[in-house]
Amino acid sequence: MSVLIDKDTKVIVQGMGKTGRFHTDKAIAYGTQMVGAVHPSRAGQTEVFEGETDHSGVPGRSDTYHVELPIFSTVKDAMATTQATVSVVYVPPPFAADAIMEAADAGLDLVVCVTEGIPVADMVKAKSYLKSKNTRLVGPNCPGVITPRQCKIGIMPGYIHEVGRIGVVSRSGTLTYEAVHQLTQVGLGQTTAIGIGGDPVNGTDFIDCLSLFNDDPQTEGVIMIGEIGGTAEEEAAAWITANMTKPVAGFIAGTTAPAGKRMGHAGAIIAGGKGTAADKISALGAAGVVIAPTPTDMGQAMLTAMEAISDR
Amino acid sequence: MKIHEFQAKQLMKARGIPVPDGHEVSSVADAISAVAPLVEASGNPVVVVKSQIHAGGRGKGRFKQDPDLAGVNVVTDGIAGGNEAAKAKVGELAARMLGSTLVTVQTGPGGKEVTRLYVEQGVDIERELYLSVLLDRAVSRNVVMASTEGGTEIEQVAAETPEKIIRAEIDPGFGLLDFQARELAYGLGLEGVAFKNGVKFIKAIASAAGELDTDLIEINPLVVTTDGAVMALDAKMSFESNALYRHPDVQDMRDLSEEDAAEIEASGYGLSFIKLDGTIGCMVNGAGLAMATMDIIKYVGAEPANFLDVGGGAEKEQVAAAFKIITRDPRVRGIFVNIFGGIMLCDTIAQGIVDAVSEVGLRMPLVVRLEGTNVDLGKQILNESGLNIVSATDMKDGAEKILEATQS
Repeated sequence: MSVLIDKDTKVIVQGMGKTGRFHTDKAIAYGTQMVGAVHPSRAGQTEVFEGETDHSGVPGRSDTYHVELPIFSTVKDAMATTQATVSVVYVPPPFAADAIMEAADAGLDLVVCVTEGIPVADMVKAKSYLKSKNTRLVGPNCPGVITPRQCKIGIMPGYIHEVGRIGVVSRSGTLTYEAVHQLTQVGLGQTTAIGIGGDPVNGTDFIDCLSLFNDDPQTEGVIMIGEIGGTAEEEAAAWITANMTKPVAGFIAGTTAPAGKRMGHAGAIIAGGKGTAADKISALGAAGVVIAPTPTDMGQAMLTAMEAISDR
Repeated sequence: MKIHEFQAKQLMKARGIPVPDGHEVSSVADAISAVAPLVEASGNPVVVVKSQIHAGGRGKGRFKQDPDLAGVNVVTDGIAGGNEAAKAKVGELAARMLGSTLVTVQTGPGGKEVTRLYVEQGVDIERELYLSVLLDRAVSRNVVMASTEGGTEIEQVAAETPEKIIRAEIDPGFGLLDFQARELAYGLGLEGVAFKNGVKFIKAIASAAGELDTDLIEINPLVVTTDGAVMALDAKMSFESNALYRHPDVQDMRDLSEEDAAEIEASGYGLSFIKLDGTIGCMVNGAGLAMATMDIIKYVGAEPANFLDVGGGAEKEQVAAAFKIITRDPRVRGIFVNIFGGIMLCDTIAQGIVDAVSEVGLRMPLVVRLEGTNVDLGKQILNESGLNIVSATDMKDGAEKILEATQS
């Protein structure tokens, strides 16, 4: 078991430019079922991928791969032909929100948007549009979603992941890799790792992921990685108190961040005294989340949280 | 991106939103000659001289060189003495304000040099209110916030008397609806002509926020005049950087002299850099990891000198630029490089660091923590470089090593 994606997930790519092509190749090497691409002006063409299989990915495949991805003019066409249920968006920022809405209109189950730099107003509109649809959005400005050795959607390095017991949810990219790496090192591994992105307006949030992991029989614990800005961590803390049955560990980046400055991510800003790391750490601590004092201690914090529950 | 008050008022005026008339000036002579036309047009002998800097709290702020002088000054000399008296006072104020350094709660102790003033007509104020439009992340929409407590910081109102704040969410499909604008105007206690003007003002501000992609419009105070006009006495606007490409006219309003030179230079290399006050420079890939690196430097007992995210592709040129920008700060005593190579290969990064150090000629301790793809190759390149680079096993180890190296 896992959440959102597994070995049977069929994925199409929206935005087959240089970045889209690079990461599609990595996903195919990992063993993800990439089945098509959407490009408004290249319909009918084929994109060819060849290379050596990534042995840290889906097991049991031959050492090399050769995949020809058909390109469609619309998401609807791509879905009809390929039976894909998920798309990954690498479309440039000015057009990315439209790509998300197109995917939702076509009726995909999940859209993972990697694109960084989408205008906030565009995301406000896209998020409002998604309310009347059944499509889940992950991102934007995120590394993507991975279920180890089954399916990799996004830009994360596959080989640091290992099949295991922990659900990972994070607003950051490289900090997620850090957490995943530590979980692999301490032998806990991951069920699914979800990057929800660093933008102020995004799709799937901490609570959605906590809820998914809480209901997933294979997930035994969750690590959530937050950062300054907004109140998503505080809301998650309230949800954990009310609903969470599994141990949760956490880390919040930005204890030393000055107020009023955007720390790289569009959403990482302390505004009007709100969104400080101290507030988030205190809210999560009160909800029983084991907070890693430093980013080096994330794996250990997860172990501590698991032990605390089993001692009960 | 922030703009000045006078620029915000230009944008508002162009959209038919009432603001007092005014002139932006950068010399004493221009300040003096702005007075008579303003007084003639308004019939009000009062004028106001306002410092134009990208920081709030100007009215309560004081000048370093002139500790009794405020950043905003109301000139009433014209009431008794006519235009000549007003001009004399404006000239005297302009001479003292221009070129001096204004310190406000938002500038930090260093303050900001005032090189521009806004000379504005006086207004007969009956009431001072508050109005803003900003993103509410919890609902993923812009909200209009209004309060009867004009002139007060909204954070203070929210903390002390939250019931005095009225809000309306803007649906991105419909914009602010008429009834919402009316509710806000009723909530502000507006009546008669002022009510009509208030509704119009609120609707226009909500539209402006959508059309200009602002991330904040704050009118504090929004004033009701004795004859029922509703106008913006102050105006703060900032723009959402991802959407700036849609607004070249707004981009032209960027004032680079208000921004940190190192941050501008860094952005030219695709680096996300923010200057801090500590002694340990850091260079990291990824925004979250960069913040976490600052945190761990503090955790081991040192202070970070900066936030620096080299992004996804740390080529030699970027790394060299990062080292140059970090080491230009005389307080920096050592550098901690923290890289988690995912798609980016550790050996590529290591070579970039070695090349950059050789080129820049780094004369301070450098601790490098590499993890991720091809990490062993990367470490080998660092070790065999012959350069004085200390290798760290993890983030905490790296932070401790750079602390030790800079203390000895």
